[in-house]
Amino acid sequence: MSSPADRQYSKSHEWHKEENGLIILGVTQFAVNALTDVTFAEMKGVGFKFERGQPIGVVESVKTTSDIYCAAPGEIVAVNEALINDPSLINQDCYGKGWLCKIKPSGPLSGTLDAKAYDAENPL
Amino acid sequence: MPLARTSMHQFHADNKAHMGEYAGWDMPLYYTSPLAEHKQVRTSGGLFDVSHMGRVKVTGKHARKFLEILCSRRISDMQNGQCRYSLVCNEQGGVKDDVIVYRNDDDDYLIVVNAANRAKLLKHFDDVIRSRELTVKVDDTTENTVMVAVQGPKVMDVVGKVSKEIPTLKKYRFAIKNLMIAKVVVSRTGYTGEDGFEAILPSSLFALAKSMILQDIDVSKPDAVIKPIGLVARDTLRTEAAMPLYGHELGEDINALSCGVDFAISLDKHTQERGERFIGQDVLEQTRSSGGPARKLVGMFVEGKRTARQGNPILIAGKSVGIITSACPSPTLDRCIAMGFVDAALTAPGTAVEIDTGRGMLNATTTAMPFYKLAK
Repeated sequence: MSSPADRQYSKSHEWHKEENGLIILGVTQFAVNALTDVTFAEMKGVGFKFERGQPIGVVESVKTTSDIYCAAPGEIVAVNEALINDPSLINQDCYGKGWLCKIKPSGPLSGTLDAKAYDAENPL
Repeated sequence: MPLARTSMHQFHADNKAHMGEYAGWDMPLYYTSPLAEHKQVRTSGGLFDVSHMGRVKVTGKHARKFLEILCSRRISDMQNGQCRYSLVCNEQGGVKDDVIVYRNDDDDYLIVVNAANRAKLLKHFDDVIRSRELTVKVDDTTENTVMVAVQGPKVMDVVGKVSKEIPTLKKYRFAIKNLMIAKVVVSRTGYTGEDGFEAILPSSLFALAKSMILQDIDVSKPDAVIKPIGLVARDTLRTEAAMPLYGHELGEDINALSCGVDFAISLDKHTQERGERFIGQDVLEQTRSSGGPARKLVGMFVEGKRTARQGNPILIAGKSVGIITSACPSPTLDRCIAMGFVDAALTAPGTAVEIDTGRGMLNATTTAMPFYKLAK
């Protein structure tokens, strides 16, 4: 199973999908396999402005707690409210219904890989 | 160094396990989902590969005396066919490991030890045997045997179809069953808080034993009575049952009287028939006579959906009073639970504390343990 080709991937295992000038952010299947069952997901709120490398949220599972990063600086403009009641959406559909937040970027993506390169580095 | 593989490696691959390193072994972390596997064990049955644990035979003229010196708990009053949980302490009263001793006979025992401590204990055994000039043979059988745990409320019904004896075994008793020309050690023990058994057998016989135990159960079916369970669920199961784990609640630098397993520490064992003082006893006697350890293990319910993690500081009014040793969202209780060491004066149930996760503070309340207990 390969990662969707329509997005960019970071070494910290987030996917970034550019759409209408925004970045939709989520975690990859590789990350989900390492996390196992997600029990909690919380992004910083709408309006949170951040630099690259600054945590913008957290995902917790029975096994571990992981910070979430975006490969571009920007501002959170929407968060996936459905995850509050059902964080397992991340397990069920990490590239779709399990998206984490939408970001208005204030700079370009940096250090990301395309799907092919990401999958080569992170085989499932 | 390549990771060691258990004799069940192919079984894990066949069942699409997500593998990971644990104490130098390539082990199944989970097969489908740790939460589902946890619930499978609480409601039906699960099969665990626990072959990474060390299995060490101890025989010879001084075997019993040797174990008396090593173990924090009495050994000399054990009966043949009995298992006993004990600590192995260091000279400072810290914990080298927790073990299960199986007695075959007065001069013939098996000790099951943690994977991470196997090499360390083998050296310790050797040191003790030499320094005390004991006649004891130590035989590490870990790599030519396999150990499985089968745990859950429906397990005895299943196994009862192939063995009348196993369901009649009392807790912490074992029987030796013949399988082909080999012996299988079956004990009513486990590490989940559920009823069940553990079996130790020659590696080559795993496939045969599995087909006997599981009969026609296809563990890959979603509704199978017994399914394979990985180490992640094993950890949440033992945490709910408040069973300590070396590296978390137990450690070389942790006073054995802190760990919530006082039942396994007999400071008067040397006064009893054929008793011996055990290594670490001097310090533990001082600890007890001076009012007990400074910190003690306590259970906590954590408010909200966020869980604490090992190493998080525990605070009261901003002042550090302890540290988290294990924590997880409890699948059975549907709330977050934690264990940790706190100042001994603060262990009364109902004490409000805070936990600093490094990403924010969590409110928690101390509580009696275990968090989950099988109804009798």
